[in-house]
Amino acid sequence: MSTAISDPPPAAGSYHRLVAQRLLILAGLAALLLLSVAVDVSLGPARYALPDVLRTILFPGAADLQMRVVIWDIRMPMALLAVTVGASLSLAGAQMQTILANPLASPFTLGLSAAASFGAALAMVLGVALVPAAIGLMVPVNAFAMAMAASLLIFGLSSLRGVTVETIVLLGIALVFSFNAALALLQYFASEQALSAVVFWTMGSLAKASWAKVGVTAAILALCTPLFARRAWALTAIRLGETRAAAMGVPVKRLRLEALVLVSLLAAVPVSFVGTIGFIGIVGPHVARLLLGEDQRFFLPGAMLSGAVILSATSVLSKALLPGAVLPIGIITALVGVPFFAALILTRGRKSW
Amino acid sequence: MVSLSLEQVGARYGRREILSDASVPAIPGGSLTALVGANAAGKSTLFRRIAGQMRGPGTVRLSGADPGELRYMPQDTAMSAALTVYESVILALKQGGSGWRLSAEDLAAVDGVLARFGIAHLAERQLPELSGGQRQAVSIAQTLVSRPRAVLMDEPTSALDLQRQYGILEALRRYAEETGAVMILALHDLNQVMRACRTTLALAQGRILAAGPTLEVLTPDLIRRLYGIDGRVERCSRGCPMLIVDGPAAA
Repeated sequence: MSTAISDPPPAAGSYHRLVAQRLLILAGLAALLLLSVAVDVSLGPARYALPDVLRTILFPGAADLQMRVVIWDIRMPMALLAVTVGASLSLAGAQMQTILANPLASPFTLGLSAAASFGAALAMVLGVALVPAAIGLMVPVNAFAMAMAASLLIFGLSSLRGVTVETIVLLGIALVFSFNAALALLQYFASEQALSAVVFWTMGSLAKASWAKVGVTAAILALCTPLFARRAWALTAIRLGETRAAAMGVPVKRLRLEALVLVSLLAAVPVSFVGTIGFIGIVGPHVARLLLGEDQRFFLPGAMLSGAVILSATSVLSKALLPGAVLPIGIITALVGVPFFAALILTRGRKSW
Repeated sequence: MVSLSLEQVGARYGRREILSDASVPAIPGGSLTALVGANAAGKSTLFRRIAGQMRGPGTVRLSGADPGELRYMPQDTAMSAALTVYESVILALKQGGSGWRLSAEDLAAVDGVLARFGIAHLAERQLPELSGGQRQAVSIAQTLVSRPRAVLMDEPTSALDLQRQYGILEALRRYAEETGAVMILALHDLNQVMRACRTTLALAQGRILAAGPTLEVLTPDLIRRLYGIDGRVERCSRGCPMLIVDGPAAA
């Protein structure tokens, strides 16, 4: 009698299933994003039917002038800026969390948003232009300059010897408090008009969207994404711990510095355009991590898509909640997003963050 | 055949000298080599220095293999990433390459190493769900999936139960035999050392005290100098060497 000795079935098969499942999730996120953008464009004070809106998007030449202007010059830039900003902030947060090994790292918690707010307030309250040549764009340029300064400070400190990721995160938090205090001081001395401008700016808003801003944010995404993608395996390895990644031959310190530069750019530009939208940089990556795990081949596009979906859906909500009014998007992200997020992490009892 | 030799190798953290003047004539591949010594003797530092993670005086010479074929497994096995065991082993295999695609050979290598170390059933589990011993086995699989020809492992059996200690050491010994790889394992259990490792390096206060065939190295005098205890190697009724600990070294 012969006994059949069978090896346990190779795990490669179940891995193929896992990959297929993840591709499906990514496709689902992309579909959700398209849907959300379509709804976003169709919503607004002027009521247009969705088919008419789609027709205007696809065949602008055939649409009537007023509708074309509303859709193409007002709503499309807003809807698409929500997509690029959401994707940028979420990608920035994802890679900050990766390289700093900290689930709380994001452009918001490391002080970039606070620095940007302070820079914007400098322009609005005191009329100080940090870059004199750009006096016409004083507010966004100031915001960008301060955000970059804050991240360069973090960058500089983290390239020092013996500085651990914990130190970097703590310094980031210290930056948040410092810039908030400086901002409060400015607000205290501000005129009533300037004060309301500052307050509105810090709430975060897509109202000043333009095709130029969509273009700039998209270009930065197009620049940074391939650079991260090329390092996908190394970035994933960092999540196994610094020593282990180094043992696998990953140049941890250099990779961390490279990533910090890209992350600064990814976070500072959107923040200078739309103000403080604090939530996306933390939630986007966490949603992607829960859905797709941390293999950067899936996590990287996943974080971008989930950030874009969240901000786009928030843009829809900010128009739909109070008919006739567009609420500042930064408020809605936190108000609606936090309970959703809390429910998500509490119901998925996975031990990893 | 691969071999590894050290010539007056040193290493320091800031001003503190951890390792000095470590010289070892060619450590042979094809069998296991133990690195023994008390806590803080400099074992991990020696590994990191050999692996190129630290700089310092002296020369590490690897002959018969490319420096890129050396793998170092650190002692810390904490892993909090949201990855499955399978993904984490793929990751170790693909380091250095930038392509996103996985070939059939890649997947076969991962399947093979999981089976070799008895963790194929854990393939779909998330890393943070694993027990300490399971993490250690996964860590070994990560280290060996690329079939390195020189391997340094920091306490590869410290979290394993008795059966798995035996199983893993046996699998490591077979791996060395098959591939001719130089494999140095930092170990604390001298009975394990005598059972599995043909060669032993003894390290105390950053200096190599002895290097050579295991039973010749582990003399009562050396054990006293390494650990400050009185101990002797006796033969059990079946002839296998065993360490008997008599107590703290007499002054």
